[in-house]
Amino acid sequence: MKTFDTAFIERLYRSMYLIRRVEEEIARIYPTDKIKSPVHLSIGQEAVSVGICEALRDGDVVFGTYRGHAMYLAKGGDLKKMIAELYGKITGCARGKGGSMHLIDTEKGVMGTSAIVGTTIPISVGYAYGLKYNGSDSVVVSFFGDGAIDEGAFHESLNFAALKKLPVLFVCENNFYAIHSHHLSRHHSDNICERAASYGMPAEKIEDGDIFRIYESAGKHIEAIRQGKGPVFLECITCRWKEHVGPNDDFHLGYRSEKEVACWKEKDQLTRLRNLLSSNNVSVIENEVEQEIKDAFEFAEKSPFPEGVVLYEDVFKES
Amino acid sequence: MNTQRLLSYPEAIREALNQEMERDPSVIVFGLGVDDPKAILGTTKGLVERFGPHRVFDTPLSEDSMTGVAIGAALAGLRPVHVHIRMDFMLLAMNQIINMAAKMRYMFGGGDIYVPLVIRTLIGKSWGQGPQHSQSLYPLLMNIPGLKIVAPSTPYDAKGCMIQSIRDDNPVVFIEHRLLYYQKGHVPEETYTRAFGKARLLAEGSDITLVGISQMAVECLRAKRYLEEAGISAEVIDPVSLSPLDIDTIASSVSKTGRLIVVDNAWMVCGAGAEIITQLIERNINMQVHRMGFAFVTCPTTPTLEEHFYPNAKKIASRAYEMLYPDRKPWTPKTELQLEEIEFKGPF
Ligand SMILES: Cc1ncc(C[n+]2csc(CCOP(=O)(O)OP(=O)(O)O)c2C)c(N)n1
Ligand SMILES: [Mg+2]
Repeated sequence: MKTFDTAFIERLYRSMYLIRRVEEEIARIYPTDKIKSPVHLSIGQEAVSVGICEALRDGDVVFGTYRGHAMYLAKGGDLKKMIAELYGKITGCARGKGGSMHLIDTEKGVMGTSAIVGTTIPISVGYAYGLKYNGSDSVVVSFFGDGAIDEGAFHESLNFAALKKLPVLFVCENNFYAIHSHHLSRHHSDNICERAASYGMPAEKIEDGDIFRIYESAGKHIEAIRQGKGPVFLECITCRWKEHVGPNDDFHLGYRSEKEVACWKEKDQLTRLRNLLSSNNVSVIENEVEQEIKDAFEFAEKSPFPEGVVLYEDVFKES
Repeated sequence: MNTQRLLSYPEAIREALNQEMERDPSVIVFGLGVDDPKAILGTTKGLVERFGPHRVFDTPLSEDSMTGVAIGAALAGLRPVHVHIRMDFMLLAMNQIINMAAKMRYMFGGGDIYVPLVIRTLIGKSWGQGPQHSQSLYPLLMNIPGLKIVAPSTPYDAKGCMIQSIRDDNPVVFIEHRLLYYQKGHVPEETYTRAFGKARLLAEGSDITLVGISQMAVECLRAKRYLEEAGISAEVIDPVSLSPLDIDTIASSVSKTGRLIVVDNAWMVCGAGAEIITQLIERNINMQVHRMGFAFVTCPTTPTLEEHFYPNAKKIASRAYEMLYPDRKPWTPKTELQLEEIEFKGPF
């Protein structure tokens, strides 16, 4: 692996730290009921979103799932609007109508997250069709979990993307579980990549959660996609530290062991990046990010809830 | 301008597609069979030769995902027309239609998110279509905010509604009954749009209002002719647009006639008829009402049973007679009028 310069590592660290700390704040505040929707935290999985989004450029877009805080922030989504959205405020990125599961920031290429498993996969493919149709060299990244592999839409979408050689990177964040159901209790064998490859695209599995490996691999694939070589499938093994939905641990449920998660905590990419930087640089970044987070929560607190009339707005676009 | 030009219903749709694709390079048409020799009963004939395979293409048998693809393409600035040769197959697309297309603008708070998408879907009956090739499921969709639904019965409205659907910035479900494909009517050559939420008064009358949805509008026109034998004057309305619904036009007709039969081209439970009548009741209109529609069973294949399954002109006429003359003995039209040619030709 090549060596990375300090400025780049700082960038990764800033993005990772921002996501981790935002979600820790969400978890801390959650019991107060200020947050008005369920939250599916990405804590532990941040390196996938950060590694991949760092390999994108302006004009590229991402689609994702209800576990979308990390993707939204890694792609540059507006933090204030995100927290306001979680608070159900009119200043939120969806004017309070979406909540945590429906984040969007089209200016930054965050094209929306969905609470129905697998639904944004074909939409990503259609967006890629539109890009290719218009002669753009932008790329779409479609993020989804291992649960989405079970859905027909996943298979239909890969088939069509390969058939039309569309500019889309499929990213399966395999954290082994769909809620509490292990992927091997849902799949005949551990062959997600083989299945993806069978539709006619390169498929790669990254097992160790290494943020540099994710970044480099994504960068290489995205370059090929940009050159018109068609879709690529990337499976990133990862680990969700918290419960499926909500701010707590869930080891008491007994569906997975603390040990299983502990080995991922040991190789936490946030700690790893921090250790690569000087303590001075780290504290500069952390101070800035902490301030940003404080401002965002204050913004959400101070913002008003939508007025009743807003209920009937945004159903249709008036031409 | 040749206002007297006659076109068939599918010709009107094909003309609308051609003109819109010509006008706007972001319009694309796809779906199972759109570029095959039969070309969706001729409605997409010649499009691929004229506009190329990137704008007109067959798809894998993936109704769910191809609907997602249409939504994604719409978000990226295209105006897709996704075609389902039968509405029964569209059931596989309901997740994308209801959970995504209908909701995206709302759940992302408006702004620059919108989904200009047309879903063309064919319905039909007769000649052994049977349980899974005949369904007309618009009541399911009328229940969903965020969708516009049209089911025009005349070639004129078919063309105008198709152009309007393509230009509309929201998801539109465009319902075409196969038997309407035999209809001919005046269709101007130039492009024009047909505003949604505006019903079509097909024929004036004074004794009873007949509202027919999709092909049932034609059955209502035929019923009107039968009723003339019995000295009854029926007013016939095609709602054209089911969502939004033009209740004003129906209300003013019923206020005049005091009697209403709504003939659904579907099962009646929670249907268009139920909706129309409820809205009229909420306006305190003094009226006698009746609903007609499919028998509440799965559509049978054999003609002897199918005959009982669907409403038709004679059944509608007979029911109207009963409404006017509840004390007389039941009446069914005796003469067998040659009414295949009943067409609405104007004026507009
Ligand atoms: C179509 C659909 N079926 C079921 C659910 C309920 N559900 C919500 S999250 C989830 C698990 C999905 O797991 P995965 O795709 O691995 O994502 P993760 O939660 O692990 O990030 C399920 C089954 C849903 N939201 N959508
Ligand atoms: Mg999972």
